[in-house]
Amino acid sequence: MRTYHQSTRRDLNCLKSDMVIKGRSGLGKSTFVNTLFKATVARRKSGEEEPLPSTTEVKTVSSSLSEGGVRLNLTITDTPGFGDHINNENCWEPIVSYIEAQYGRYLQEEQKVDRLLHIPDTRIHCCVYFIPPTGHSLSSLDVEVLQRLDKIVNVVPVVAKADTLTLEERAAFKERIRADLSDHAIKVYPLQEYEDLDDAPENMKIRERLPFAVVGSTTWHEIHGKKLLGRRSNWGLVEVENKSHNDFAYMRDMLIRTHMQDLIGSTAERHYENFRRARLSTKTTSKVNIVNGQDTDHMEDLNESKI
Amino acid sequence: MKDFTFLGSPASTNHLQNAQDFIGFATLPEQVHRKSVKRGFDFTLMVVGESGLGKSTLINSLFLTDLYKERKVPTGESLVEKTVSIEKKTIEIEERGVKLRLTVVDTPGFGDAVNCEEGWKAVERYVDEQFNKFFQDESGLNRKNIQDHRVHCCLYFVPPYGHGLRQMDVEFMRRLHRKVNIVPVIAKSDTLTKAEIHKLKTNILNDIENNKIKIYQFPECDSDEDEDFKQQDRELKASIPFAVIGSNCVIEVAGKKMRGRQYPWGIVEVENSAHCDFVKLRTMLISTHMQDMKEVTQDVHYENFRAQCISQMQVAMKERNKLKRESAANFDQVGDADKLLQQKDEEIRRMQEMLSQMQEKLKESGKDPAAALCLEPGKRDSVVNV
Repeated sequence: MRTYHQSTRRDLNCLKSDMVIKGRSGLGKSTFVNTLFKATVARRKSGEEEPLPSTTEVKTVSSSLSEGGVRLNLTITDTPGFGDHINNENCWEPIVSYIEAQYGRYLQEEQKVDRLLHIPDTRIHCCVYFIPPTGHSLSSLDVEVLQRLDKIVNVVPVVAKADTLTLEERAAFKERIRADLSDHAIKVYPLQEYEDLDDAPENMKIRERLPFAVVGSTTWHEIHGKKLLGRRSNWGLVEVENKSHNDFAYMRDMLIRTHMQDLIGSTAERHYENFRRARLSTKTTSKVNIVNGQDTDHMEDLNESKI
Repeated sequence: MKDFTFLGSPASTNHLQNAQDFIGFATLPEQVHRKSVKRGFDFTLMVVGESGLGKSTLINSLFLTDLYKERKVPTGESLVEKTVSIEKKTIEIEERGVKLRLTVVDTPGFGDAVNCEEGWKAVERYVDEQFNKFFQDESGLNRKNIQDHRVHCCLYFVPPYGHGLRQMDVEFMRRLHRKVNIVPVIAKSDTLTKAEIHKLKTNILNDIENNKIKIYQFPECDSDEDEDFKQQDRELKASIPFAVIGSNCVIEVAGKKMRGRQYPWGIVEVENSAHCDFVKLRTMLISTHMQDMKEVTQDVHYENFRAQCISQMQVAMKERNKLKRESAANFDQVGDADKLLQQKDEEIRRMQEMLSQMQEKLKESGKDPAAALCLEPGKRDSVVNV
């Protein structure tokens, strides 16, 4: 029997978080990630040294961060080439198949007869979707992609480069995005249906602020003796951590300080279980019919586990 | 009208008036000025770019009007099946007695669909249509009231979020740079710091050069212009592509009212050249190079189109002659180009008949032959030269 201390120590030590960052190029995704984790986690693509990938690529970067005795293994998955082409039909397919592949891998591991006590968790816990700050509404590409993503992963929509919009424009834009999301029945994190009653008021506040309008920066400026992260222009300094300038602080609190465990948990309990159910039910029907030869290796696993 | 050189200001001609060899045509510039002011000027400006880049706001700021009062921003739903449409809006503005009929051609839906391959086709078609219409009108009999709807300038809005020109931008420019004057501008440039703007401009210029795109080039100033003007011209050229900001609201800064955008961290002034290149764009587009853009459209783009059209007609005619020789009775295959040719032939014949009739009448009445000259087809008549 494990004591409480031991279990928490073990869980905290082995915290692993996977995040997918999606959005067209130039929206500040890599800068945002670096700002969020206060480290150079994502390498910034500088200019046209790398040619534009012909389909959306999926690139992962892993790093290990440590704070107060707690270690966090963070994996960031970037999607260069997404939405950058003239014809963007099906540009979401590589991403959807990547997410499902991670679930598939976990499922395979779980079903083994002789499985590891602690299965390496490469499932995506959170998908941060960057919306360009046009000020109008969600674009058709955004709608298409979000409709497919919200069923398989926790989606957090974010308005990128929010220093383009004045406060009124920002409020109007957020409202229109929220209207678009509900029109298309896109469910973003945190979901109302699955939350605890204790978390409801906090989640309500978060939902009112969605999508987060963020500004990222890794340059420090000195103002009145204080060091601040921000972007300086001819007319002022946009402070990253200033809550009246943008929602970065709120988003960071949600992602890291309050809801990280919930993100991991809900991925495991909800999205993964949905995937597992769907995958297993198709396998049992195919097992009965023995018509198509898909998933032959999974079928073998299933057979093995039944022995 | 273009051939008149400005000989001197009106004031200087007064003392010449008493000289013995004074003829008096030094006042021609004033006459031209008066006539053209009375007639008014027209200018067609096309704006192209994804939705949400501030095109309408910029037009409103440039011309200090509200062209888009009844505008409803489209929601996400309506954007899903969008195709590119062409919308024209004309306004008449007046400044110091000079009238300008400004037509703004908007392209809503450009770059908004998931698959944007058809985006430039609609625009290209529109530009060609306008050229074609002008071509037809110019070759017609009654040329008094030709309306010039050709696109004189195309403002292409490049989003500030990227690292240079995107594939779509390059494709669009490649297809339209020989048909219209393209002026690329960086939209919503208050997103970027000065260093980022500089980098983006360099990247865009490199992309343009690598893809051999010919954007609108400023002509060199004459050597007799003063140093200030030359300096201004140099600064203008160095700032291309212009990084602009537009605003629909007037805010008050230090007691002065001006157009700008108010953020919690500061105020961006649209007309402040330290904040953006709006003033430079306005100077170039309106104050200094409007006439030049019209001339380039007329002399370069339209002539190219015309030459292409005529050579196509010639090819079609050769085909038709070949067909005639090969199969005498096979006239069912007369296509559109052939119909046009037939019409032109008819017109030439009729005009020549009219001419010969006029000349006969003149010989009989013995009037001033100069009157017959105005009936003769002008040098630029395309039909006669075919």
